Amino acid sequence: MSFLNKNVSETQIRLKDRLWLYIFSYLILFLLIVPSLVVIPMSFSASQYLEFPPKEWSLRWYENYFFAWKVENGFNDWMQATWTSLKVAILTIFVATPIGTMAAYGLVNSNSRLGKILFPIFISPMMVPIILVAIGLFYFFVQFKLVGSIIGLVLGHSLVAMPLVLIIVFSALKNYDMNQEKVARSLGATRFRAFREITLPQIKFSIISASLIAFLTSFDEIIISLFVAGGDNSTITRSMFLALRDQIDPTIAAISTILIVISSGLLIIIQLIGNKENKKD
Amino acid sequence: MTIAEMEKPNERGLQKVAANERLTFFGLTLPYLLMVTALIVIPVGWLFYLSFIGRDGSLSFENYERMMKSKAYIRIFLTTFKISILTTIICAAIGYPLAYFMSQLSRKWANICMIGVLIPFWTSLLVRTYAWLVLLQKKGLLNNMAIEMGLISEPIKIVHNTTGTLIGMVHIMLPFLILPLYANMRAIDKDTLKAASSLGATPTRAFWTVFFPLSLPGLLAGLLIVFVLCLGFYVTPAILGGGRVIMAAMKISSNIELYFSWGAASALGVVLLVVTGIILFIASKLVSMDQLGNR
Repeated sequence: MSFLNKNVSETQIRLKDRLWLYIFSYLILFLLIVPSLVVIPMSFSASQYLEFPPKEWSLRWYENYFFAWKVENGFNDWMQATWTSLKVAILTIFVATPIGTMAAYGLVNSNSRLGKILFPIFISPMMVPIILVAIGLFYFFVQFKLVGSIIGLVLGHSLVAMPLVLIIVFSALKNYDMNQEKVARSLGATRFRAFREITLPQIKFSIISASLIAFLTSFDEIIISLFVAGGDNSTITRSMFLALRDQIDPTIAAISTILIVISSGLLIIIQLIGNKENKKD
Repeated sequence: MTIAEMEKPNERGLQKVAANERLTFFGLTLPYLLMVTALIVIPVGWLFYLSFIGRDGSLSFENYERMMKSKAYIRIFLTTFKISILTTIICAAIGYPLAYFMSQLSRKWANICMIGVLIPFWTSLLVRTYAWLVLLQKKGLLNNMAIEMGLISEPIKIVHNTTGTLIGMVHIMLPFLILPLYANMRAIDKDTLKAASSLGATPTRAFWTVFFPLSLPGLLAGLLIVFVLCLGFYVTPAILGGGRVIMAAMKISSNIELYFSWGAASALGVVLLVVTGIILFIASKLVSMDQLGNR
């Protein structure tokens, strides 16, 4: 067992003296990952009681999700809610990404005094308790008849996605040498052309990650949706939340599995993009 | 024209160009500013105003007075703080060793462990809460396992109460603590520890006198983020608390959904906002804003 005497720290601690930390850490990592995954086998269970491991397997909960109109008394709006969520999330990309990117570009280039005033205001959607933002929006949207509309949802979700876009693009621009744009402009390019042809290609991966994160933020958003969505335009998370409050419907396990697949897929794409960008430097 | 201006004939033109530049940059931030103003500043400002409107429509402190006198509200405040503080402490107790462990690994292994932290971070909050509901329920996996192993004879109640809420919230908040803390620990110069050792410090002493103080800014940033997020938490306590754990955000919601009582909801919201604001203000004095945004 000589590996137990290996040094594992600058202060010459041997592995055997630190075994507890290794075991503890792997245990916590296990507890971070595995509980969410338990819904995957559950979603293939045949029973309507959530037993683990399932005794019999079936796809009935997926059928329930995709073809609920065939079921007599079940929810029949899962598909509709999914479409609303997808529509809103995609529109959120197109609202939050350009606005956030423009603001990041403006902030990076402007003097630090203006930045110091604007930055806290810009990340306020992350700081103000989201419930307060939600009821504020609800009150505001009632006046403009935007409650239960796609536009209202997109505005609300863009609001919470914009700070993430801002932070990601801002830090990309901070690592970027703005003088390159000055060179292009001194050679006669307009500011917009210099941005489009010189800066944009170099920060495009950050912008793509930012837009994927905006998508995910919107797709997972619950509290604003709870207040702002309604009528025919319920989002998938809102329907799930309302269903969860009343009963434990195994259909939710099926939907959760689909959500896990979507978010881990996007996370992998974002990580790959990050690797690509790191390699380039 | 003064002599100075004659010496620099372009001065005015350049100043004008510079002013134009500044205006352009400010202009680029305008859509963002407009969104935040229209969708946060005005609505929240309006709620602030509503919180000072009494039942008869006149300006009064009625909503706040009722809140301070009502036992139900005081209990909600206490619950909110209790859950938030407990979650934060548990997160720190679990998160610090894990972040330390990751910071001591090679970059490659640390990145692999980081995936373990990021997967739950990007998995839908609702999915994770639901998973815990499934695991912790009376006939759930945890109870069944404990019974099979002979630890308990009857299933114990670990969900729809404070315990369940805490388990769910710690699971959701842990990444928020680990990310800033790990970034901070990575940045600590390891030579300082070598120096401490070579000067005769035991590993324990080197850790407590050198490493720990250097990791405090990251720990503090993480603690404050977790605490602030906990204060306004809604979804997890609503589902895992089973109606027995009522936190401020849930009361705000029920005030509006059930009682249409905007004044009471706004007053509670304002209190929540002020407490959050004070904590974030202290945080910004202690750690730089960049670190807080670094998630």
